[in-house]
Amino acid sequence: MTTQQESLRGDVWILSRQNGGVIQPISFELLARARDLADKNAESGECGFQVHALLAGPPMPESELQRLIAYGADQVHAIESEDLTSFSADLYAKALLPFIRRVGPMNLLAGADSQGRALMPYLARLLATGLTADCTELYLDHATGLLLQTRPAIGGHIMATIQCKESRPQMATVRPRSRRPRTPDASRQGTIFRIVPESPMTRSTVRVRNFLPDPVEKSIEDAERIVVVGRGIKKAENLPKIFEFAKAVDAAVGATREVVDRGWLDYACQIGLSGRTVTPRLYIGLGVSGAIQHMAGMQTAETIIAVNRDPDAPIFHIADFGIVGDLFDVLPELITRLRTRVH
Amino acid sequence: MKIVVLIKQVPEPGSVQIDEVTGTVQRREADAVVNPIDLHALESALRLANVYNGMTYVFSMGPKSADFAVREALAMGIDSAFLLSDRAFAGSDTYATSTILAAAIRAIVPDFDVILCGERASDGDTGQVGPEVAAALGIPVVTWVSRINSWHNGTLELCHRLEGGQEEVSVTGPALLTVNKEVGVPRLPTLTGKRRARSADVPVLTRQSLNLSLEETGQKGSPTSIVKIFRPQWLRRGVMCHVTGGESLASAVNQLVDHLEEKELI
Repeated sequence: MTTQQESLRGDVWILSRQNGGVIQPISFELLARARDLADKNAESGECGFQVHALLAGPPMPESELQRLIAYGADQVHAIESEDLTSFSADLYAKALLPFIRRVGPMNLLAGADSQGRALMPYLARLLATGLTADCTELYLDHATGLLLQTRPAIGGHIMATIQCKESRPQMATVRPRSRRPRTPDASRQGTIFRIVPESPMTRSTVRVRNFLPDPVEKSIEDAERIVVVGRGIKKAENLPKIFEFAKAVDAAVGATREVVDRGWLDYACQIGLSGRTVTPRLYIGLGVSGAIQHMAGMQTAETIIAVNRDPDAPIFHIADFGIVGDLFDVLPELITRLRTRVH
Repeated sequence: MKIVVLIKQVPEPGSVQIDEVTGTVQRREADAVVNPIDLHALESALRLANVYNGMTYVFSMGPKSADFAVREALAMGIDSAFLLSDRAFAGSDTYATSTILAAAIRAIVPDFDVILCGERASDGDTGQVGPEVAAALGIPVVTWVSRINSWHNGTLELCHRLEGGQEEVSVTGPALLTVNKEVGVPRLPTLTGKRRARSADVPVLTRQSLNLSLEETGQKGSPTSIVKIFRPQWLRRGVMCHVTGGESLASAVNQLVDHLEEKELI
């Protein structure tokens, strides 16, 4: 085996996303993960592996592609055609397929967003390879090139580590907002390759007609601070107290699956594998026990505070600060204390 | 109009118990239900069939006991049901599952107009099987469909969910749609429907009847495999305060506020 092939084993490929010619933040989150995987042994003197950003879309300005380099890519491979202006999974898969077959990346990571969750399985099937959805953790063995993919399994009751032993690329998706991007470095050097699709594009029969935006609300994924309620709030009538507290700490309100299933709060509030994944600066869980499927969606929060009556609640394992007690005792005391705080 | 629905039997929420020591799953077959979102896919199929004079077909891959799932679909009003069941199918990942489902659709309803399935199953939670079946059949896929407006001259007009809104799209020719709960509230089975479902003939399609090789199904046909199953070791060893009365409450709250101030979070 040549050195060239050896070095590829530790290379990491991401599928970046653009919308209307603008690179989307998920691409930068993926680059942060990819750099970690490629550089993990850099301190012990191992030569650095390369991070490749793959992109399909209409022709993009140089400055946008350069941003992928600033956030950690060494090589950008942009497959460009006006035919790729609007997204459909079959169209994008067919545009990417010849390039992936020719270059033969060992792995490919993408975001589990509206595009990734349609395109990645479509692509995996055409490439006759495996795909693992919503990975919370990835581990790359630089010697073998094997990518170990960990995700919640069996309804989020437990974690499973999955491998794709023989087929390549090894494909995985990660949730948006499950990782913060690195600070961009405008002086980073990298190479941009612009690729024209090898054969004329076969058009998809999917036509995009119109986009109807939701009423603008600050989404829970964008919130720096989140107060999350679990079954411990007991009834919907207790929610006003929670909202009062959330307002006091300038936080958005999130909920566990149990709370949403009971109809106490909207699905848009749901945090966990079956809802949104968040990485806020501050997470405050009130009456949240910490089911694995919930924790998979918030364990990357910078600071985790938990209040729960049950001292054995799993959430306390990942809390930076835990209070074992009745949230209806703690909450009023906390609100009072915050009001009288000396600045 | 020929409409195919793919459904899955899943454990009833709350019926899965994990052995804390060994990490093994204890699942009782009796607690299986139809994957909740799949009921919405069945509802969409029945509405389309009603408006466009369609024929509806349901396919489910699973153990023999998944027979109840397709019969539930029959009770709701689906015309024909097929169970894809074979020991050789056990251990299939999403790739092998899509191989099997695509083979069954090709064999039974090669001239389908639309395939509907739930956006994801509540147990596997991958949402991959739908798009993989579409790729296997070489047809387009639209995910997270929230509304099906019309079907005219082979073109479906749809609405599907993206980040921050809904997108109106059309798709011409055979296509696969994965639906979410917004697409329509599932109807309840009628008494007549239940009676019909009980006596209906549900053919079982096996590996051999679908002309699939052993290499294409089950673990052999699956590119992915599980290396290990474990309980996560997320551990931060944070500060813990136990509230037992007024004094400990004030102390806990004070410490918490100090903690938040220290980290400049308030």
